[in-house]
Amino acid sequence: MTVYTETIFYGPASTRGYPLNKMCFTFNDKAARDEFVSDEAAYCKKFGLSEAQTEAVAARDILKMLAEGGNAYYLAKLASGVLGLDMQDIGALQTGVTKEEFMAKLVAAGKD
Amino acid sequence: MAKIVGTIYTTHVPAIGNAIRNKKQDDPYWKPFFDGFNFVHDWVAQVQPTVAVVFYNDHGLGFWLDALPTFAIGCAEEYKTKDEGWGIPTFTDFDGDTDLSWHIADALKRADFDVVTCQEMYFDHALAIPMELTWPGVQRPIKIVPIEINTVLFPIPSAARCLALGRAVGKAIESYGKDERVLVFGTGGLSHQLEGERAGFINKKFDLDFVDSLPTNPEWATQFTGEEIAESTGTQGVELINWLAARGTIQGDAKTLHMNYHIPISDTAACTMVQVAA
Ligand SMILES: [Fe+2]
Repeated sequence: MTVYTETIFYGPASTRGYPLNKMCFTFNDKAARDEFVSDEAAYCKKFGLSEAQTEAVAARDILKMLAEGGNAYYLAKLASGVLGLDMQDIGALQTGVTKEEFMAKLVAAGKD
Repeated sequence: MAKIVGTIYTTHVPAIGNAIRNKKQDDPYWKPFFDGFNFVHDWVAQVQPTVAVVFYNDHGLGFWLDALPTFAIGCAEEYKTKDEGWGIPTFTDFDGDTDLSWHIADALKRADFDVVTCQEMYFDHALAIPMELTWPGVQRPIKIVPIEINTVLFPIPSAARCLALGRAVGKAIESYGKDERVLVFGTGGLSHQLEGERAGFINKKFDLDFVDSLPTNPEWATQFTGEEIAESTGTQGVELINWLAARGTIQGDAKTLHMNYHIPISDTAACTMVQVAA
């Protein structure tokens, strides 16, 4: 079986992604979300995000956040909780289709 | 003596929390999913559980990468929830059953499961939503024993290990001296993947093979590694290991009393199932 490992989250990614994921973990609290919104760059700096991670956050580039060690469960707190995207917005952004196309694909998966 | 009255398996997608808050149960999008709980409500009223033992995976609320257990058991008198950053509704706090928690924790350690014990613990939508689905809007008549399984950081515990964990928990429950009526939950799944270029991946065939295997051949899933399960069912679909642990608490064969499978809820193939000892 060929295993699709691209997005499987192992220790080395967890090391690389630690600052980014740690920042996202704080978004469990509304005060942290508000602080991020008031000055994104300063909040990223506070957690020691790398340049590439900071750029990925600024650009709302989820694929790049993943490549820089972000984990889906934590990034969801940023993408959904802070940026106000739902999972279908996020899915469409990552797969390069419209939200309608993304949702149609989900529905189609139930028809097979 | 304590008795296991049965097992409930259900998806725990956060969006369900918002649908509950916004009373969308009869909305055409949500109805096929929520209708799957009508049976559950009637059945639970019949079997009258007093304790829920819940296998679930935390998504970065109760645990995080600073100290990430593979298996953890709550041994607290009460548990709290938060909005998790999603802004999902927080449900009322949950009462624990410390006596049963310690009984299970001790039995697990004696059976060589090195489980982390937690006397303070937040739990997230993966536990709160199944409780709210099963006892909607009512004071829950049960205390809770939460058992958390890592699905965040790979390698995740194998399907075989999770099934064995469930079997050890089942034995522990059945050796507990108080007359509790225990309902076991496995939450999460079925197939879904949230991240990357494969976001939106769903695998109906694998899900249905898995569901078919559970009653009489739960070993079926143990042929796969964690990575192979991720390949077949998506990186979040691996949450099915919680289902295997719950299934393990029923010694011998089980039978399915109810099954509802619906695609999609959010990005997920949603499934709700009730099983009891055959
Ligand atoms: Fe989940």
